[in-house]
Amino acid sequence: MPAAVTLQKVSMHFNMSRERVEHLKEYFIKLLKHELFYEEFAALKEISLEIEKGDVFGIVGLNGSGKSTLLKVIAGVLRPTAGTVRVQGSIAPLIELGAGFDMDLTARENIFLNGAVLGFSRAQMRERYEEILEFSELQAFSDVPLKNFSSGMVARVGFAIATITRPDILIIDEILAVGDFRFQEKCERRIREMMSGGTTVILVSHSIEQIERLCSRVLWLEKGRSRMLGSMREVCEAYKNS
Amino acid sequence: MSGRNAVYWAAFKKYRHLLRELVLRDIRLKFRRSVLGICWSVLNPLLMMLVITAVFQNLFRFDIEHFPIYYLTGSLVFNFVTEATSGAMHAVVSAGPLIRKVYIPKYIFPLEKCLFSFVNMLFSAAATAIMLLVLHVPVGMQALLFLLPLIYALVFSIGLGMALAALQVFFRDTAHLYGVFITAWLYLTPVIYPMEILPEWMLPVVSCNPLYYFVDFLRQVVLYRSLPGPVTSLCCPLFALAALFLGGLFFKKKQDRFILFI
Repeated sequence: MPAAVTLQKVSMHFNMSRERVEHLKEYFIKLLKHELFYEEFAALKEISLEIEKGDVFGIVGLNGSGKSTLLKVIAGVLRPTAGTVRVQGSIAPLIELGAGFDMDLTARENIFLNGAVLGFSRAQMRERYEEILEFSELQAFSDVPLKNFSSGMVARVGFAIATITRPDILIIDEILAVGDFRFQEKCERRIREMMSGGTTVILVSHSIEQIERLCSRVLWLEKGRSRMLGSMREVCEAYKNS
Repeated sequence: MSGRNAVYWAAFKKYRHLLRELVLRDIRLKFRRSVLGICWSVLNPLLMMLVITAVFQNLFRFDIEHFPIYYLTGSLVFNFVTEATSGAMHAVVSAGPLIRKVYIPKYIFPLEKCLFSFVNMLFSAAATAIMLLVLHVPVGMQALLFLLPLIYALVFSIGLGMALAALQVFFRDTAHLYGVFITAWLYLTPVIYPMEILPEWMLPVVSCNPLYYFVDFLRQVVLYRSLPGPVTSLCCPLFALAALFLGGLFFKKKQDRFILFI
């Protein structure tokens, strides 16, 4: 069986110009002065990994270790500078909830719009619409523009949409930190449900307890390098003792 | 090559729902909280026509038969192209939050703005139809071809819009420059004035203007009850496809770097 996600020697470099050149004038002045050099910054260095179908894969590391960059590379948002990424199946990214929401639209309109972002038609979303509202517990607010929602409410809708569409691979970046504890429990239950249904989950969290509760395998990133890759127990033990 | 095309086609099919939803969103937002709503797309050109006709028929005395229709057809094409390309120019930058988080083919955004403007323009086209009836302008079977020049203009706008969108990502000055360019473009397009008032040396300049051909095509079939001449018939698809090809190529080459600048 092919792995759900395969990364081979993936590196991601950014050109960090000290100031970003956003204007033509600046660009030409700098070009003439030969000041257009960049500092190269490697956010990921030769990461190789395989995630099996149905795995719950955790990524840990300090701030700036490249966790979010790695997720974006897997989601196809960033194209790696070197190496190959292969993904089998559909991906629903939850990198920061509410990506793609239009705050001026109502919750109902946003559900259909966000569903389309994930590649679902109006008819397909209509079938799931009730379920999404029910899960996010916002039936009474379906015709309220999203800008009047609290951040927790927005996160609830976002989570409900991304998980109801039953993706093959679900990417979650720190989102379980939002919402009250009851909703967090609900999200965890949903993730477990999806796990048993065969969905591959990739999870980034600063909460090591959450990683321990949910994940089976874990990658430890340090300054863009893979410091350790293995079973949850080994890696979490080493990470906590570091 | 055909394998790669199949991949592009599959991706496009997957995201056609998104395209539709985005167009619907723009229409909803444009007319939210406005009493007359989408009627403004019809009313606006009519009101503009009243002003322009009053000014130019009495003040400057251009001798144009059916001046209101002459103006409406010209402004229909001109406003559509400028609205579509200006919208497309900002499309990638303003979709930044989405592009940074989810993989979506990026051409969707400028394409969507052009389609939205196209829908809008079709409502404005109704204004022209109304005026044709009101002014008792005789209309021939040729008028059925009115959609063709508009589709050429759409294809042209998509190409130009993609190029502008890519430029705008890297240089935010693009929008300011384009604003000036549009003003110059308006004077180079015979929207208000007849071609006859142009001095001899201006004619080659205007003949490089794609909008001139789209406008000419539309006027020939709607206003003059004839078919467009060979030059116009040829130049319309040529300009449209050239813009689409070059704009698309430029966009494709630059799109992987967008994310670092939005």
